[in-house]
Amino acid sequence: MSMTMSQKILAAHAQQDEVRAGQLIMADLDLVLGNDITAPVAITEFAKFGVDRVFDTKKVALVPDHFTPNKDIKAAQQCKKMREFATEKEIENYFEIGQMGIEHALLPEQGLVNAGDLIIGADSHTCTYGALGAFSTGVGSTDMAGGMATGKAWFKVPSALRFHLTGSFAPWVSGKDLILHIIGMIGVDGALYRSMEFTGPGVESLSIDDRFTVCNMAIEAGAKNGIFPVDDIALSYLEEHCSRKPVIFAADEDAEYEQTYEIDLSKIRPTVSFPHLPDNTRTIDEVGEVKIDQVVIGSCTNGRISDLRVAAKILAGKKVNPHVRAIVFPATQEIYLQAMDEGLLKIFVQAGAVVSTPTCGPCLGGHMGILADGERAVATTNRNFVGRMGHVGSEVYLASPAVAAASALTGYITNPETIEEN
Amino acid sequence: MKAEGTVFRYEDNVDTDVIIPARYLNTSDPQELAAHCMEDIDADFINQVKPGDIMVANKNFGCGSSREHAPLAIKTAGISCVIASSFARIFYRNSINIGLPILECPEAIAGISAGDRLSVDFDSGVITNVTTGSSWTAEPFPPFIQHMIQSEGLINYLKQEVLS
Repeated sequence: MSMTMSQKILAAHAQQDEVRAGQLIMADLDLVLGNDITAPVAITEFAKFGVDRVFDTKKVALVPDHFTPNKDIKAAQQCKKMREFATEKEIENYFEIGQMGIEHALLPEQGLVNAGDLIIGADSHTCTYGALGAFSTGVGSTDMAGGMATGKAWFKVPSALRFHLTGSFAPWVSGKDLILHIIGMIGVDGALYRSMEFTGPGVESLSIDDRFTVCNMAIEAGAKNGIFPVDDIALSYLEEHCSRKPVIFAADEDAEYEQTYEIDLSKIRPTVSFPHLPDNTRTIDEVGEVKIDQVVIGSCTNGRISDLRVAAKILAGKKVNPHVRAIVFPATQEIYLQAMDEGLLKIFVQAGAVVSTPTCGPCLGGHMGILADGERAVATTNRNFVGRMGHVGSEVYLASPAVAAASALTGYITNPETIEEN
Repeated sequence: MKAEGTVFRYEDNVDTDVIIPARYLNTSDPQELAAHCMEDIDADFINQVKPGDIMVANKNFGCGSSREHAPLAIKTAGISCVIASSFARIFYRNSINIGLPILECPEAIAGISAGDRLSVDFDSGVITNVTTGSSWTAEPFPPFIQHMIQSEGLINYLKQEVLS
């Protein structure tokens, strides 16, 4: 029987020759992830198992990234609970402030993700790691507790949608525009319960950072996971970061897909999601005049080095509009250092932007950039739900780093093609 | 097991950020979370909800974040059951894992309005609108999930099936 790439990874981890869509399986996990919001709940649930230790001290990752550096006393208590658990259970992959980064940028960078892995994380954007050919999916805290205690989780084997990519992007177009375009096309539940598998000759034109961004937002179409084939670009990233030998799974040629979408990358325009759903997309040509108060560049979606390079290219030698607050968040300490070495941080500060330590803070309206009533932000983040970045009367427009940086200069949502480079 | 209560009615794509806004996620105390449940789209919900009441929504209920605080806040607020045309997948898992009964029944949704009295029989899947007299049958859970519900959630299930 033929299988999709996602189904093959699930079958291998359930010790079965084959699985079919709809089948319920119990599978072995390579990594279980939690953060300072979800892990404290999981730790309380873990205690109910009555076991002394986690299933494997190397295969649990705890990252205090959401409300850190601790935003208030309650957040500090939550982080303390996680820190004490990590110490007591001798969890090797606990990342304290200083080594911490936004979890979905940090874990691949630290070599904790390998091609062929099966990963659950108590964070919905855990689907990011499909960029490296892993099956990774978001779960809740009780699943995380179960994973930490047993090394297993139950899955309903998903059917899949195929996105067959051809061509390559025009200048200033990136993975963010591609995934926003796709979500706009299929809707926020367009891939509900399913895998999104990306294939075709266009894949090779996508950088690994583009692929992380695309897989990161698979959840915004309701998908269980997003996944790319393991090619030379993925292998070269893995070789640099992961000490384990990659395990390569590929979809069968006659694998069944519920639907195939043909996408010519050269036709994708810079794309913006208007409030209050990621599928409410318009191309930059259809945006009109939208005045903004804040720009956020960063997050697990777009806080990687290539994102910062694009933003810096646009901001270099220019000034952020005086009516705009621009906030830049490198996603990890390593990216922060690299951006420092490349002179990007200096460009941001000289342009009048704020550079923050890595944190999820503003993306989910936690801290470090909350919006007031009636304010609008252009953000390279992943959600624009009601109240997502602050006041229930505020608005978030999702866009690429190029659109966000261009908008920071003008004070309106702006096409990066119209900015003259210095 | 049965539930009967008054309906709180919502539309498409009710996301976890409106079920429990992230600004309250600096705690995991269920009572504190419940106090802010739905406040960004229905500020009166928490003042009006009575134990046993039922939430009814259109498609993709619970989309967005993986925060288990969302079904936990709904359950702790006193809601006995959520019925929707469809659920976002992480919310669906989380609800089962923490023992919040949820039913997918697209056929029923159009026939249920805010304030209706509803009764739900979880064993048969029969949903009855007591106010209008209409009734529908929701898809039953697959046996694997029924087994998990009978074990009173994921943790007991894993203790029995994996650790023993």
